[in-house]
Amino acid sequence: MKTDDPEITWVEEPELGLAGKMYLPMFAQGLTTTFKHLKNSVAGKTVTVSYPEQEPQIDAPLIYRGVHRLNKDEQGRVKCVACFLCATACPAHCIDIIGVESPWEDREKYPESFTIDELRCIYCGMCEEACPVDAIELTSLYNLTGRSREEMVFDKEKLLSVFDETKDREPMQSAGLGGSP
Amino acid sequence: MTAIILEALIKIALLIGGLMTAAAYFVLLERRIAAWIQDRRGPNRVGMPLTKLRLFGLGQPLADGVKFIFKEEYTPAHVNKVLFVAAPILILAAALAAFAVIPFGSMIPPDWFGRTEPIKLVVAPGVDVGMIYVFALSSIAVYGVILGGWASNNKYSFLGGLRSSAQLIAYEVPLGLGILAVVVAAGSLDLEAIIHAQTTQGWCFLLQPLGFLVFVVAAFAEAARLPFDLPECEQELVGGYHTEYSGIKLLLFLVAEFLHMITASFLIVILFMGGWHLPWGLTGDPAAESIGWVPAIVRIVALAVKIIAVIVFFMVVRWSWPRFRFDQLMALAWKVMLPLGVVNFVVMATVEQFGGSLSTGVKMAIGWGTFVLSWVAIAAAGPLIADNRARHDLHPSQIDSQV
Repeated sequence: MKTDDPEITWVEEPELGLAGKMYLPMFAQGLTTTFKHLKNSVAGKTVTVSYPEQEPQIDAPLIYRGVHRLNKDEQGRVKCVACFLCATACPAHCIDIIGVESPWEDREKYPESFTIDELRCIYCGMCEEACPVDAIELTSLYNLTGRSREEMVFDKEKLLSVFDETKDREPMQSAGLGGSP
Repeated sequence: MTAIILEALIKIALLIGGLMTAAAYFVLLERRIAAWIQDRRGPNRVGMPLTKLRLFGLGQPLADGVKFIFKEEYTPAHVNKVLFVAAPILILAAALAAFAVIPFGSMIPPDWFGRTEPIKLVVAPGVDVGMIYVFALSSIAVYGVILGGWASNNKYSFLGGLRSSAQLIAYEVPLGLGILAVVVAAGSLDLEAIIHAQTTQGWCFLLQPLGFLVFVVAAFAEAARLPFDLPECEQELVGGYHTEYSGIKLLLFLVAEFLHMITASFLIVILFMGGWHLPWGLTGDPAAESIGWVPAIVRIVALAVKIIAVIVFFMVVRWSWPRFRFDQLMALAWKVMLPLGVVNFVVMATVEQFGGSLSTGVKMAIGWGTFVLSWVAIAAAGPLIADNRARHDLHPSQIDSQV
């Protein structure tokens, strides 16, 4: 690169004005900003959430990626058809399904066992995207805790109970079997 | 004799207890103010142990202290052990000893044990060279920093120690010039006498604004507070001179740093803001030999409020101003603060010598005129401004030939 190339536009650092050279006016300006924040914080306008006493506000619970749930249909049966698409899509391999022949007329298979290792899960939401019948969904439950590793492996009953717990707050994406319209 | 020793010991106990507690709580205040300025809440959880009381986080200093005491006190194998241990002790001892001549109030009435003289609220009352004593001890504190950096045998610590020594030597000159003008105006080096002089002449920061500015900037640098905290800037030097320290030794260093800040605040208030004095006779008759309980307490409270205000200013400035580069730091000391200090001293000495009959208003006008004129002159000369722009008027070959 030649410095005398006419194609080059040189951007010059501007000269300091008198206020900048005098330093103190700029200092007063900076101090005013600091004091403004100090005053607002002392008046209680902080962004921090005092967690155990104050629950954080989740703005869009329907797209939040928290604990999983297994949805139920209108008859209270598990919606899952044991197609293994979620287990295939899962990058962390945390979904374990045993599919057996379905006792019901409207589908061929259903999961006899459906376990998710919540500690392996990376909460990417790809299982939810892969599911053809909207059976697995991520809820907005963010405070998932447990005292042992075994406790954190959620089986089918546990995942269905998460659905019962959250179904009123967070409606299913589609009511019937067969995926979203 | 016994009574004098006992009185001094009681004052020392009160002062060291008070200072250590104050340093601990100023750490909490610093963290809360930092949080507030950053729109956070800060430490507000730790309260009374074994109860649910939170008390705005007032238990935090205690928890911090206990944590430091129970941490492993690790001494690396490559250090010079004697100096490594001596450095934090030296720095804390020097920082505490400086308070021997600093008054923490005026006096209290002699209501007990049949005393007739009022009790002066200073450990060593009537030391004529008090200011020089404080100055000498704050220089000794530099030894702690340099020894800590040197004994650690670590390049980051060493760099921190070196920077600290260069910075403190540079800023002691304007600090001394700022003090000198006040001493000339007050006619004494005794800190109590300087306060008394200000009760009659008016507060020095109104009479000598230029000296006040020079002194405050130099005091920030001496206390190694932002924007002058180059000896320990985390981004460049890990922790600076205390990188290798842990546990209670690190705590001693941190407490000593806060004590330096408290000393600097005391000096700013005593030398320039009238110490315990308040205008309109709120603090009683300054010339009286003995005072009652009410003005005595008002004086203590006035001094404490002023000092806390200065410390809060220290803490707010920390989050307002970015750190100087080292060459800027040196340029500020030698090219800005030193000439300004000399100008202030010369003007104030002239006023003192020939302007004895001038009214306070005229003296103030001279002070503020000197401040504005010399500040604008320094700004126009711009010694801090380095032109780093590319030279397009030169051909690359010309630049090469110059190199």
